[in-house]
Amino acid sequence: MDYTIKIGGEAGQGIQTVGDALAKVLSRLGYHVFTSQDYESRIRGGHNFYQIRVSDRPIRAPRRPVDILMAFDRASVTLHQGELTEQGIIVYDPLQLKESFSGPQYLDVPFVKLATDTGAKEIVANTVATGAILGMLGFPIDPLFDIIARLLKRKDDETREQNRRAATAGYEYAAKNCGRCAFTLRPPGAPKMLMGGNDAIGLGALAADCRFYSAYPMTPSTGIMLFLSARAKEYGIIVEQAEDEIAAINMALGASFAGVRSMTGTSGGGFALMTEGLSLAAMTETPIVIALAQRPGPATGLPTKTEQADLLFALNAGHGEFPRVIFAPGDPGQAVSLTAKAFDLSQKYQIPVFVMTDQYLADTQWTMDGLSLEYLPMRDWRADAGQVDGAGEYRRHAFTSTGVSPLAVPGKTRHVVVTDSDEHGEAGHIIEDGETRKQMVEKRLFLKMNNIRKEISPPLFLGPAQPETVLVSWGSTYGVVRETVEGMPEKKMAMLHFSEVFPLPGIEAFDYLEVLRRAKRTISVEMNATGQFARLLRDETGYSVTDMILRYDGRPFLVEELMEGL
Amino acid sequence: MEGRDRYLGEIPAWCPGCGNFSILNAFTAALAAEGIEPGRFCIVSGIGQAGKFPHYVKCNTFNGLHGRAIPVATGIKLANHELLVVAVGGDGDMYGEGGNHLLHAMRRNIGVKVFVHDNQIYGLTKGQASPTSMEGMVTKNQPFGVLSEQLNPMAMAVALDCGFVARGYAGDREHLTALIRSAFYHDGFSLVDILQPCVSLNKVNTWEWYGNRVYRIGEDYDPRDRVRAFEKALEWGDRIPIGVIYRNDRPSFEKRVPVISGGPLVDGSDRWHELKERLSGSLREFY
Repeated sequence: MDYTIKIGGEAGQGIQTVGDALAKVLSRLGYHVFTSQDYESRIRGGHNFYQIRVSDRPIRAPRRPVDILMAFDRASVTLHQGELTEQGIIVYDPLQLKESFSGPQYLDVPFVKLATDTGAKEIVANTVATGAILGMLGFPIDPLFDIIARLLKRKDDETREQNRRAATAGYEYAAKNCGRCAFTLRPPGAPKMLMGGNDAIGLGALAADCRFYSAYPMTPSTGIMLFLSARAKEYGIIVEQAEDEIAAINMALGASFAGVRSMTGTSGGGFALMTEGLSLAAMTETPIVIALAQRPGPATGLPTKTEQADLLFALNAGHGEFPRVIFAPGDPGQAVSLTAKAFDLSQKYQIPVFVMTDQYLADTQWTMDGLSLEYLPMRDWRADAGQVDGAGEYRRHAFTSTGVSPLAVPGKTRHVVVTDSDEHGEAGHIIEDGETRKQMVEKRLFLKMNNIRKEISPPLFLGPAQPETVLVSWGSTYGVVRETVEGMPEKKMAMLHFSEVFPLPGIEAFDYLEVLRRAKRTISVEMNATGQFARLLRDETGYSVTDMILRYDGRPFLVEELMEGL
Repeated sequence: MEGRDRYLGEIPAWCPGCGNFSILNAFTAALAAEGIEPGRFCIVSGIGQAGKFPHYVKCNTFNGLHGRAIPVATGIKLANHELLVVAVGGDGDMYGEGGNHLLHAMRRNIGVKVFVHDNQIYGLTKGQASPTSMEGMVTKNQPFGVLSEQLNPMAMAVALDCGFVARGYAGDREHLTALIRSAFYHDGFSLVDILQPCVSLNKVNTWEWYGNRVYRIGEDYDPRDRVRAFEKALEWGDRIPIGVIYRNDRPSFEKRVPVISGGPLVDGSDRWHELKERLSGSLREFY
């Protein structure tokens, strides 16, 4: 069982409401669900779609064939009817589209009339539509009633009742009139969590005791800020919308200097403004976590589409030479744990750490069986106030064997904490002599980096032990590459996925370079035009992949497309 | 003055005769008078001659980037509002590079005390025009004279309903010390523009030039009258007023953030056990 439902319409027609409700119902029922969205940079009009894939097996990417196309506008029919499977169905309201279609693939459902018949407003047509899809598939309707109750908890009883009746009307109408509907349903598993990439980063930040988040809204990173501000009171977090990205990173650095775990988030253009602040974080050895959700550039680019073209930018951003860590989770589960790890390493080594995603991962939702909080690195790396006070003096940038100086909190010790964006001595005051400068560079960069490398986990390796072909990927292409490898067992293909991309993992625990050297073909699969990860791999290890599959039209890979490319 | 020694920092690298020395002395005199311990306050600065200021005071110090002292200070104040947080910079730093942050800090009314060492010229980069350089002033980089109108930070602050707007003068240390103390006491954002000659590079606005023009605002002046304050802020030329030009009682930003009503943000960190329970609740929202 593996079905895809596509809901298309104009911005403002409520396709996200329908999609979210449906995805929630299916994951609650215990199915594996994957949702993705394609939207334009506008509030009303245009053409957007929301795609839901549902299966009884784990799924990790969108597919091309559509089983049910729900059309809220004429464009949905024209643009997507070619994606329909042989038995696929287009469901629509002739009144809404002001047009009637004939053919076995069309199912007319009067969404608006069924809604208004219940005494509700026209907008409730969305609830009718949601019910209709469940009716077509033959799923039970009860979980939808729970979702309606939850979504409308602030509304009055009358509204909730109208929506229940509307859902039932759509459900029954579609079940009765859909002659072509013959979907085979397999028994579901236990209820599942449904999580998107941005929420996962927010959750990881909560789990790491993030107390300060300052950012300037920018698609596709804004969801992280919204997730945290909705929980600001419960978790005691200050979420501040800064006047610009320059202020955002500097505020976060101020809060971090004052002793709280801090984070900022943005996309490429906003990050460009933050680069001076990134360099400041490095020089002052102030911990900071930066969520960088990529979108296609240069400049404003395609604001609501996806790309992985800022890896080398993040790697090289900021003037001067300093250590940094870059994580690129492949799914929401990894996004939670890597964000928590980012906070841990950032404070432990007093360095900037990136969590890089893209519009695709930010806006896709994945099901998970659960999430364990046990393995999260809940540890405070700040210096013990008693110990700092007990010492005769405190030097913020004291030389140590690891390069890491005790991190005291200003105002929480009798000593003063001094740092500077100028090169400084151990006490934090400005210096200009060559010897101290050299020692400081070595402390910040070489000494710390030695230990940071040891913290990096090996890449995920899946497939036959001696593969002929290895697909190399990083970040959000994890799911589609995995489905491709698992879907073509005859190809003797394996995958290497890097979610901890810089510094690259060492080969002590797992010699991935040997795997690559032994394979006939090694293909880097990336959402950019130049193969940035392949270049990073070559620069760091000397190994060059034999091929690349690159996509840079702003749209994510579909499973079939990647398979065809092989 | 007694007690000022405990704020002794590094030896200043300013030019002899620089107005910064008397600002430094007024500042430490204000600290001593208030009895504020070095560990209980933090100075944030940017880049410029004034940016070096915190190194010359024993205090918690974040000497950050050009123009960015205010956002860093905002972050510090929000993380620990029990600290006295001061931001120091020159006219280029605060009014040029950091202008946007100044605007929005006034809107927020964050409890950061901003002291601008305003010498109407760029010192560190040796003599280019600053936002407060007077129109027509000829410099090496403005050979036809400054073409832009001189920024009036006081009028701008009054227009933005800034909580505490004052002008001091490096040549009147007693008055300046009192002004700095008033700014410390004000709950909310405070802007103190401090006129000071640049003895090396500004040949127009000299000690003598300021000395002939500056006058103390009289006791009968009501700084809470915003319209009158705007008039006062516009005074510039033959007579330049110093003192508190405008003040209001808008509550500070940190008082209006519910998350920290029970105490500083930093005091609640490292509460993993509590956190796990809350997280379990948040995870349920995803089902």
